[in-house]
Amino acid sequence: MDQMALSSYRRRAIRPWIGIAGLINLACLAITVAAMLFSACDAQAANTSDVIREAQRKSVKIYGAGGVRGLDAYQSGFLISADGYVLTVFSHVLDSDTITVTLDDGRKLEAKLVGADPRLDVAVLKVDGADLPHFDLHEAAAGKEGTRVLAFSNLFGVATGDEPVSVLHGTIAAVTSLSARRGAYESAYQGTVYVLDAMTNNPGAAGGALTNLRGELLGLLGKQLRNSRNNIWLNYAMPADELMGAVEAIKAGKSQAETQRPATSNPDHALTVADLGLVLVPNVLERTPPFVDAVRQNSSAAKAGIRADDLIVFVSGQLVQSCNAVAGELRQLDADAEVRLVLLRSGELKEVTLKVADQ
Amino acid sequence: MKNALRIFPMAALLLFAGTTAQLRAENQPLTVDPTVIQAEQARIAAAAKGMPSVVAIFVPGGQGGGSGVIISPDGYALTNFHVARPCGTFMKCGLPDGKLYDAVVVGLDPVGDVGLIKLFGRDDFPAAELTDSDEVQAGDWCFTMGNPFLLATDFRPSVAYGVVSGVHRYQYPSGTLLEYTDCLQVDAAINPGNSGGPLFDGQGRLIGINGRGSFEKRGRVNVGVGYAISINQIKNFLGDLKAGRIVDHATLGARVATSDDGRVLVSDILEHSDAYRRGLRYDDEIISFAGKPVHSVNSLKNLLGIFPKGWRVEITFRRDGKNEDTYVRLMGVHTEAELLAKMDAEKELQPPGPNPRQPHDRRPGEQPKPGEQPKPGEEPKPDEQPGGKPHPGEEPKLPANPSAELDQAVRAPVPEELKKQFEARTGYANFYFNRENMQRVWKALIAQDDFSHTTGQWTITGQQIAAAPLYGSPVALAQPTPGPVTIHLANAECDIDSPVTPTPSKITVTDGIDAVANQAVLNPPGSGGLLAALHLWRKLLVAGPGKYGQVTYEGLAPVPGHNGLCDVLLAVGEGVETRFYCDPNAGTLVCLEMYPDDETDPCEVYFSDYRMERELNLPHRMEVHCGDGLFGVFALTGFDLQSTSEKAPDQAAEKTP
Repeated sequence: MDQMALSSYRRRAIRPWIGIAGLINLACLAITVAAMLFSACDAQAANTSDVIREAQRKSVKIYGAGGVRGLDAYQSGFLISADGYVLTVFSHVLDSDTITVTLDDGRKLEAKLVGADPRLDVAVLKVDGADLPHFDLHEAAAGKEGTRVLAFSNLFGVATGDEPVSVLHGTIAAVTSLSARRGAYESAYQGTVYVLDAMTNNPGAAGGALTNLRGELLGLLGKQLRNSRNNIWLNYAMPADELMGAVEAIKAGKSQAETQRPATSNPDHALTVADLGLVLVPNVLERTPPFVDAVRQNSSAAKAGIRADDLIVFVSGQLVQSCNAVAGELRQLDADAEVRLVLLRSGELKEVTLKVADQ
Repeated sequence: MKNALRIFPMAALLLFAGTTAQLRAENQPLTVDPTVIQAEQARIAAAAKGMPSVVAIFVPGGQGGGSGVIISPDGYALTNFHVARPCGTFMKCGLPDGKLYDAVVVGLDPVGDVGLIKLFGRDDFPAAELTDSDEVQAGDWCFTMGNPFLLATDFRPSVAYGVVSGVHRYQYPSGTLLEYTDCLQVDAAINPGNSGGPLFDGQGRLIGINGRGSFEKRGRVNVGVGYAISINQIKNFLGDLKAGRIVDHATLGARVATSDDGRVLVSDILEHSDAYRRGLRYDDEIISFAGKPVHSVNSLKNLLGIFPKGWRVEITFRRDGKNEDTYVRLMGVHTEAELLAKMDAEKELQPPGPNPRQPHDRRPGEQPKPGEQPKPGEEPKPDEQPGGKPHPGEEPKLPANPSAELDQAVRAPVPEELKKQFEARTGYANFYFNRENMQRVWKALIAQDDFSHTTGQWTITGQQIAAAPLYGSPVALAQPTPGPVTIHLANAECDIDSPVTPTPSKITVTDGIDAVANQAVLNPPGSGGLLAALHLWRKLLVAGPGKYGQVTYEGLAPVPGHNGLCDVLLAVGEGVETRFYCDPNAGTLVCLEMYPDDETDPCEVYFSDYRMERELNLPHRMEVHCGDGLFGVFALTGFDLQSTSEKAPDQAAEKTP
């Protein structure tokens, strides 16, 4: 089934090649490339098990919120520094007061959510540690069509305790842009992806590491994506170089590369949710997800195009995971300040800017 | 239309480029790195090696099927329980040579999801080579072969190539029975119909039996997460399966939990378990099991799951900083009645329809419900039941219009000759094989001698000696002073006089062991019932299994201090159960265990140093254990086995130098 997903991706690239000679040409090329790849990897064959073991040591299992119907309470990740920074996908699993990271040696550590980038849908966690085996994002490799890959993840939560994460093998089938399928695949991320010919993106696999056969990091396994039109699931990874900037920004204390933390002292006349013309869902829980319940007519929120059922993800560049957090971020802004919101609507992110003075 | 116009010149250009490339390719022959050719040849060779042994199994009448693999030239083949069970007694098996063979069920392991069948019609079936699946590592190449979606109407199996994704995986029970312990996880395709088929390693050697996959919302097809039962586990069960039995898996009789500091501690224990009698108590830390370290609850489940009920396995546990090493007899997960009841419950589901929908299941096209938002503040639950519950492969029905020829062949009646190779009995998959094996072991036991005439009194003399015991720590065991021993075994009375029994000890067996008073059965004191055990030993040898009572074949099991597994005869007579362990090569009796009752340690008698004595092959060394204690080691030198016609005891019994 997933092969069909590939063909729909590759069609764009292949269509101009239609013609018998073109196909032969392609075949010759494919054989040459394959031969080169095979010989390259056979030289490595002897230490493949070492490569795999090494990558498994750098991988982690992440446990958090979920466990309710259709939502798993676990995902995958990998260490990106010796002192315990972990890269993973940004998901409901992390929306918990307690995030547990299980290292390859079986140690269970409580993790702190350092920050997230909603455009890339990635998050950085931090656990206490020293001298931990890790992937260095700066030394990540680039993949291309035909690169043979290994995918490391805790798919289906198969591995528990000190069991090493699962490894799957495959090939990069295409390097393309997810935005090409906007609407078909609901995804916040719309950048370049490695489309894989292996079934890497199973439940719980998101956040896992993709490496080449030398064990060099290529990218991060993305969340499960299903084409809503033809019900085909996509197997893909986000290239490491796409993630580098966001990770650096998050580690530097910025949730988004281009935003700055606003002043911490509260202004005299602080902004409120009501000022913007927004009504959030009843705040019944400690961490009520900040869904928009209604938008007052002719309010700045209405003018900015905010709709009911939008989920507020960011307020002026700060990640907000609850109604309380939205109120808290707004309190730090002047009543007449310009406020930028990032909203999640039907699986896609919308950015809006609004100002109370507009009213 | 615009697009088409734009593409046309490009296509023309590429056509030209392609032609030139083609010319280049013709002028310069493609050179391929020799290692690539080698790798390709190795892969072809591995597939060719494994393929001839792959079986396509069809339910008689053509209502579904699965896969299997032949493991010996006489036609024994492995498959899944969930494939064999719907077939009932007889099934049709296609081999890659294009021929269809008849087969009969032999043994079933409902918990481990293994079925043993036997194909008929040849004595030179192509068999797979079994290898050590504990050597398999994550990342190793592997092949799955079988008959996915019952595509192979010519019986040539489909081959899928992949890597081992994980080893020593534990998969929670699915339904009421099937539990996969210590299994292999692969990304080679396992689809419905692959169930029961072989998992080969990169050299085409058998490392497992495919049976399960993690499926979720993508439909019931391979998603790159398949599970195979390790061949090492099956090797442990093979003897019991060949016994025609429905076998059970084992438990310690204790529950364990992981402590905060990561130790595996006993959290509950049954007082009538052997583990309890061996000294295991609440809060003891399990250090190792079967010689392998225990570092988590799952790792102990993995280690336990590969053993059949009744085996004795080494265990090390720690209390107050001190390690205890002992052997523990594993008890069954179920009682026999429970196992059969659960099996019948499974039968209701089979041939398998779609499984009851799991929380993770979602039909293709079905959207998550809007209410399925994350529950904020929900506690994480690491190590709990993993999501994406795996299911045993759902077996497909035959294609709607199979070839008329195949359809007819699959529906052909079972040959009369084959029908004789099945015998129904409660608790057995096929009692015919039990009877055959019991006869085989018995014949080997009396191959060199005939005890049937020695119906008179047996007098055995020798010395109690100070010797290292076969097992157990000599320090912990009593080492009695050496001295002479005399044993009399007769139809009316048995007695023993030895340094360890200061006053002669005896039991009256005229009316059978069941008529003997409780304490006397255990005579001499400390032995656990040596006289009763020797009486039953003599009875089996003299009377034979036919007149003994009920003698069945249990399969293969280990004996402490003995290399390799032993054939086990389970003899029930005079109200007690006795197990006779025979060396499959020499045919000799290695050990007998007499169980006075279910909750008492048996008397263990170990025989060795067999030598011919007056045309009878007799053991010249006897070692007796009970529980944790050694009763004694005896060098036997004099055997006087009288026939009833002989009047006086033969005082000139040969002494060995």
